[in-house]
Amino acid sequence: MATTPTGMTAAGAGRTTALGPWGGFLLRRLVGLAAVAITLVVGTFLMVQLIPGDPARVVAGADATPADVERARHELGLDQPLSAQFGTYASGLLRGDLGTSFQTKEPVAEIIGSRLPFTAEIAFLSVLAVLLLAVPIGLAVAARGSRRTDGAFTFVTGLVGATPEYIIGTLLVLGFAIRLGWLPAAGAETVTSMVLPIAALVLPGTCVMARIVRSEAAHVLAQDYMRTARGRRLPPLRLYARHALPNLLTATLTLGGLILAGLLGGTVVVEAVFAWPGIGQRVVEALLVRDHTVIQGCVLVLGLLAALLNLLVDVVLALLDPRTLAGKGGH
Amino acid sequence: MRRVRWNAPLVVALTGLGLIALLGIVAPFLWEERATTLGGSARAHPSGAHWLGTDALGRDVLARTLVATRLTLEMTLAATALAAVAGSLLGTVVWVSGRRVREFGLRLIDVMISYPALILALVIATVLGTGPTASVLAIGLGGAPAFARLTANMAASVAQRDFVTQARLMGVPPSRLLARHLLPNISGPLLVLLSVAFANVLVALSGLSFLGVGVQSPDYDWGALLNSGLEALYTNPAEAIGPAVAITVTGVLAGFVGDGLATALDPRTGGAKARARRRPAVEVSARSHRAPADALVTVDNLVVALPDGTRLVDDVSLHVMPGEILGLVGESGSGKSLTAMSVARLLPEGLSAHAAELALDDLDLTGSAIDPRRLATEIGIVFQDPSASFNPALKVGGQLTETLRVHQGVRGGEARGRAVEALEQVRIENPARVVKQYPHELSGGMRQRAMIAAAILPGPRLIVADEPTTALDVTVQAEVLDLLKDINSTRGTSMLFISHDIGVIGTVCHRVVVMYAGRVVEELSAADLRAGRARHPYTKALLAASPRLQDADTDTGTDTATATGAGTDAVVERAPLATIPGRPPAPADRPAGCAFADRCPVVLDGLCGTERPPMADSVACHAVRQEVQPA
Repeated sequence: MATTPTGMTAAGAGRTTALGPWGGFLLRRLVGLAAVAITLVVGTFLMVQLIPGDPARVVAGADATPADVERARHELGLDQPLSAQFGTYASGLLRGDLGTSFQTKEPVAEIIGSRLPFTAEIAFLSVLAVLLLAVPIGLAVAARGSRRTDGAFTFVTGLVGATPEYIIGTLLVLGFAIRLGWLPAAGAETVTSMVLPIAALVLPGTCVMARIVRSEAAHVLAQDYMRTARGRRLPPLRLYARHALPNLLTATLTLGGLILAGLLGGTVVVEAVFAWPGIGQRVVEALLVRDHTVIQGCVLVLGLLAALLNLLVDVVLALLDPRTLAGKGGH
Repeated sequence: MRRVRWNAPLVVALTGLGLIALLGIVAPFLWEERATTLGGSARAHPSGAHWLGTDALGRDVLARTLVATRLTLEMTLAATALAAVAGSLLGTVVWVSGRRVREFGLRLIDVMISYPALILALVIATVLGTGPTASVLAIGLGGAPAFARLTANMAASVAQRDFVTQARLMGVPPSRLLARHLLPNISGPLLVLLSVAFANVLVALSGLSFLGVGVQSPDYDWGALLNSGLEALYTNPAEAIGPAVAITVTGVLAGFVGDGLATALDPRTGGAKARARRRPAVEVSARSHRAPADALVTVDNLVVALPDGTRLVDDVSLHVMPGEILGLVGESGSGKSLTAMSVARLLPEGLSAHAAELALDDLDLTGSAIDPRRLATEIGIVFQDPSASFNPALKVGGQLTETLRVHQGVRGGEARGRAVEALEQVRIENPARVVKQYPHELSGGMRQRAMIAAAILPGPRLIVADEPTTALDVTVQAEVLDLLKDINSTRGTSMLFISHDIGVIGTVCHRVVVMYAGRVVEELSAADLRAGRARHPYTKALLAASPRLQDADTDTGTDTATATGAGTDAVVERAPLATIPGRPPAPADRPAGCAFADRCPVVLDGLCGTERPPMADSVACHAVRQEVQPA
């Protein structure tokens, strides 16, 4: 469980480098990010190496002669030793070259460039909506909940939170697009197209997150400093927003950061339900035709996005709770 | 492992899952043929013959959904088992191995966890291709990091316990350590994670099939059925409903098993909430008018009760005169803090205060709608633990001036100036810097002085100090006590000073109220206390158990600073320290007679056990009364 770090005395807080507390903190985080990036690059490279079968044969086509296959092998650099192939891959990445799609011959970087904004859009809005909904709901239930609202909360969040995004998405299409005809079922033609995919991500995400917020809020509200604040007879809004919220967010984001990163995984599925032209839908298409370079690029970019999201959570944590800066990190 | 306490959701969810498992076993035998028979009309709406209609090839959707239960459950179980075994092994191995491997391993697990499991599964599916086996491997391995982390975390907490250290020192090999000591102790949380993982794996596996990269035709699981159902959403929505309901219900049931197990295994949820029934009425004795009319604080026949009516504080009466420091002393559980918190109107949730009179001058503290502004500005509170009583996320200055800004309309700049002044008064160096710091940047003694500054800032008429020095180093204690006395003498602020330390009470206070088991047993002047002129056997026992006061007594009891703060170094042991045998009765088991009777050296047969001693001449004791005026 995330407990507040204790025992940080003046001496402990002084453990900062010449860069100042923020400099040292960001340096540690960026080193961590670089390590994840390198892991991802090596991982995606090895992934393609491990795929059974011969990519050259796939590229050359079904009715290719052995000579055609050899030519394709040479073009793809597959006749090079492994280390040289990795060098080519890594240096390509540094230039922003993610290779070419086997299937459509488009540069992968271009594919991602055209798809990523769509994914980023719904992922970002969903994360925002989940936080804006889950935190007040969880806090309110923890602060003012009676036994009855508590039970209803547990049941509803347990039910909706355990329902996968693709099922909620399917039900939303059925209800709001087909039956009621209020919103488009698929595509990204209008602004309203965004509503259902985001709702499919936000509904279960909010439920899972609100449960975390509720239990963390119960912990925060029982702290001595909340009694001190109550002793100042503050209006409820000030009491909860100013005194409980910062501590609550620290604990919630430490646990909930994972959920937010998990939303990226949910995005992949939801894009398939709503034919949303994002990176997730593209990677599934590529998977079905074994278009390795596209999978490689998409997985790499999604992984980096998840890592960036984690970094963002850590920075927000540090802004909220200055003690995090001095310590090793958010946990 | 702790004993599982069965609860309704757990039983219901387990029963439901059992039925679904049974269905998985029998369904293929019963409906296999129906599920594969190509029917007449494709994508027909639900009818008597086909309750959920038919699919694109005219096959019965309901039968297909039921038959798919087996493959879905088999895959889910296999993938869950894979995740659990691979993850637990990884986690335990990481923990049992040397420090370097461990630290690297833990970091790696952290990175893997923060990576969306579904994308990880897609990577593995890319390598392994499609189909049931590939899906199980992909999802199973994708779920392993969660188990690895739980196992490593739990193993870490168990491994630091004494018996494991001892086993290690005795040369028990790691494999045996693992099997005999670690695994049994982490099995509870592991079980919870297993059921949660089962739900997650089901959702992820079905997701893969739904995306079309999992189970391939002619095999079908719920995910694959949902996939074809999505295409038919416009023609036969029921085709999607069947598998959607199946996935959701199974997943939710597994999730509820996890919740239920967590509740059942958690010792803290003993059902305190379930026991809370309607609040019985608490009867309060009539006004005694014992307090002088010019008292600042009047507490008359105060009762603090639990929701079930158990009285934690029982008919307590006391008063604080203007400019007076009243000490409230007693063992933990005597109700002294609850009495003080009733005056401050800060009782913990669930407790209720009832009194014939509870007032701060003209401010009635019994009602429910008390002017928050007057409460905030007229009562200052110094809490026990200064490190926990400051909000760690807010700067010291803002916390000090909050009452000024919220209730007294003082603007930011001026408020800060007054905070600096107050910090100066409590002898904090460099106050202008301290207001801009966070609480964790101050030492414990500084924090308590800042807490006192916060209490005096609004200019209160009463300061409630609840064990203000208990959490501090002995060297700092004396300084804080001096400071409180100083504030009392220079500002004339009344204080209600709570402590379990009769030595501290004797040096700081003017008058002392002694509490035992929720009742007042004696009231005496601090001078009498210091001189050892206590009359109640409990007060005498407290004095006998305190080394400092007897010492201070022989030194004529004036040298207060050394007697309190310095602790043992100033004490010359003359007589062995007395201890009070036994312990106070629990609030629910308090006897009809005197609560101290069981531990009392001068207990009278009959009377003390049956009749509650009334407060007479400032002491509530049958034995003392008989001595003074023999019957």
